[in-house]
Amino acid sequence: MNWLIDFFGDPANWSGPDGIPVRLLEHVEFSAVALLLSMLVAIPLGLLIGHTGRGAVLVVIAANAARALPTLGLVVLIVLLVGVGTTWPVLVPLVALAVPPILVNTYEGVRGVDEDLRDAAYGMGLRGGQVLFRVQVPVAMPLILLGLRIAAIQVVATATVAAYVGLGGLGRYIIDGLATKDFPSTIGGAVLVALLALAVQLCFTLLQRVLVSPGVSRRTRLR
Amino acid sequence: MITFEGVTKRYGDGTVAVDNLSLRVPTGAVTVFVGPSGCGKTTSLRMINRMIEASSGRILLDGRDVREIDPPTLRRGIGYVIQQAGLFPHRKIVDNVATVPYLLGWDKKKARARAMELLERVGLDTKLAGRYPFQLSGGQQQRVGVARALAADPPVLLMDEPFSAVDPVVRTSLQDELLRLQAELHKTIVFVTHDIDEAIKLGDTVAVLRVGGRLAQIADPATLLSRPEDDFVEGFLGRDRGIRRLSFVPASGVAVRSEPHVPGWNVVLDGDGRPLGWRPDDAATPSGAPVNRTGSRDGSAPAPDGVLPFGAFDPAKDSLRAALDAALLAPSGCAIAVDGAGRFQGIVTREALDRALLQAGGAEPARPAGSGSSTPREVGDEAGNSGSGVSDRSSATGGSDGPSSSRGPGGDGAAAHG
Repeated sequence: MNWLIDFFGDPANWSGPDGIPVRLLEHVEFSAVALLLSMLVAIPLGLLIGHTGRGAVLVVIAANAARALPTLGLVVLIVLLVGVGTTWPVLVPLVALAVPPILVNTYEGVRGVDEDLRDAAYGMGLRGGQVLFRVQVPVAMPLILLGLRIAAIQVVATATVAAYVGLGGLGRYIIDGLATKDFPSTIGGAVLVALLALAVQLCFTLLQRVLVSPGVSRRTRLR
Repeated sequence: MITFEGVTKRYGDGTVAVDNLSLRVPTGAVTVFVGPSGCGKTTSLRMINRMIEASSGRILLDGRDVREIDPPTLRRGIGYVIQQAGLFPHRKIVDNVATVPYLLGWDKKKARARAMELLERVGLDTKLAGRYPFQLSGGQQQRVGVARALAADPPVLLMDEPFSAVDPVVRTSLQDELLRLQAELHKTIVFVTHDIDEAIKLGDTVAVLRVGGRLAQIADPATLLSRPEDDFVEGFLGRDRGIRRLSFVPASGVAVRSEPHVPGWNVVLDGDGRPLGWRPDDAATPSGAPVNRTGSRDGSAPAPDGVLPFGAFDPAKDSLRAALDAALLAPSGCAIAVDGAGRFQGIVTREALDRALLQAGGAEPARPAGSGSSTPREVGDEAGNSGSGVSDRSSATGGSDGPSSSRGPGGDGAAAHG
């Protein structure tokens, strides 16, 4: 506890290029870019596979790969291959980490839409794309958001490894703290990462309220 | 008109779902496809809007091969109702109903106004418009499903076992509602069901399909009941065909006696002339105030002391089956004829019923105006090929018969006296 007070009480930790605001921003930046890139890959793919039913094998592979992926190893490998100094090497493992949950949940969500509902939609005269975006996506939205949330939290937590390869972010406090036996810094960094993950969770809860129809989440009162 | 010309659906594994089906679905009438599971009835229906493509043969919609029409365009012109309603859970009821109008590019206000109108039309409270499907009961959802199918006013409606997932009471009310709607709208309806009673109740024409997707018989319900083509159809129709067929014989031909008594029994009336029940001759006349209660037609309302239950029917509207049923409900064995307002018109004795039944047995039945359907039907279409009593067109539509009416389905001289 004292270590926490030491860390958060030290004014030097709140300013400059080494300060908490800057580090936090760096961390959020990595994470956001990684998440966006993953979404760009995984959501269209998940929608397509879920809608057409073709390529489901890809999803299975992605799901399994996710479990086996050594994130840290991947970071080190990429850095060894391309050298230190740029941001993007660290994005590769983060994206690799985030794609599977988004892909799997998007696919499952779309594929899991009630057969009768799809049938009715086509029977009404909706075209394929209309069935996907006007019926399947809204109904699958809770699952799609769940995938994004899992991915976002994992990315936020894992982005600490960026520090290993000399990049910023909250990982700096943890890694540097360990290296210099500055335990208040290590603990403080860990707490910050955990808080950030909670904040992400909260964001998605709010997003869910906005993006999921009350008819799907069934959280509306009778009028 | 929808025409099937030698339509076959064969799947890759060699299964034949529909085998060389040729039939006509007349415009403005209800055609029911009925049969056991695996008879291809749903497949046949779904080939009309190309939810399933036929392997060979043609389906013509008003003379045009449906395969020439791009499926979404085709489907927007055909109402489609399925078993579980298939409402979009993320959309409010009003937007669900307006689905096809939106697709057709109507402006939102017009589409919603139309949706509200339809909700009322299918008997739903417009307060439900702002709710989501999960907040509605199964029966209500099914009504919304029907409203949605009707939203863009398509001339053709395809209904795939729409009422089979609701309980029997709700089903009956949905069926009645459909018949009422159809009487107003005159859509060309293809209705799929596995329930022969539903088929007979709703269909102007019933097509019985057998397993393997072959047409067993297509006929109007009365003909189906009186002359099933083979053992399969007969078996599928089930028991009591004779009695059920009476639903299609108007009761207007039954002789009605105007006196409110028969030997041993008197009809007790309330102040408005509505029957309350039967009282045996030897029972004491109740003292006190004049009886003034509204008896229900089936005699289920509590009757005054010493008054026994009765059965009543309206000769102008009901079928011979209703008349027979009314007679069976009464201790006197006689049915009470009432007018449209439920007021006593006269008594129908067993003898009079017997004569009418005898006539009906030989005659090709004509469909009464109120035998569960208010759809105007071609009466006596098939008359004349049975050789026996040819039904008199006026007998089915003949309106208010006086208490001594004697017109029968078999024509003149059916029963002239009580």
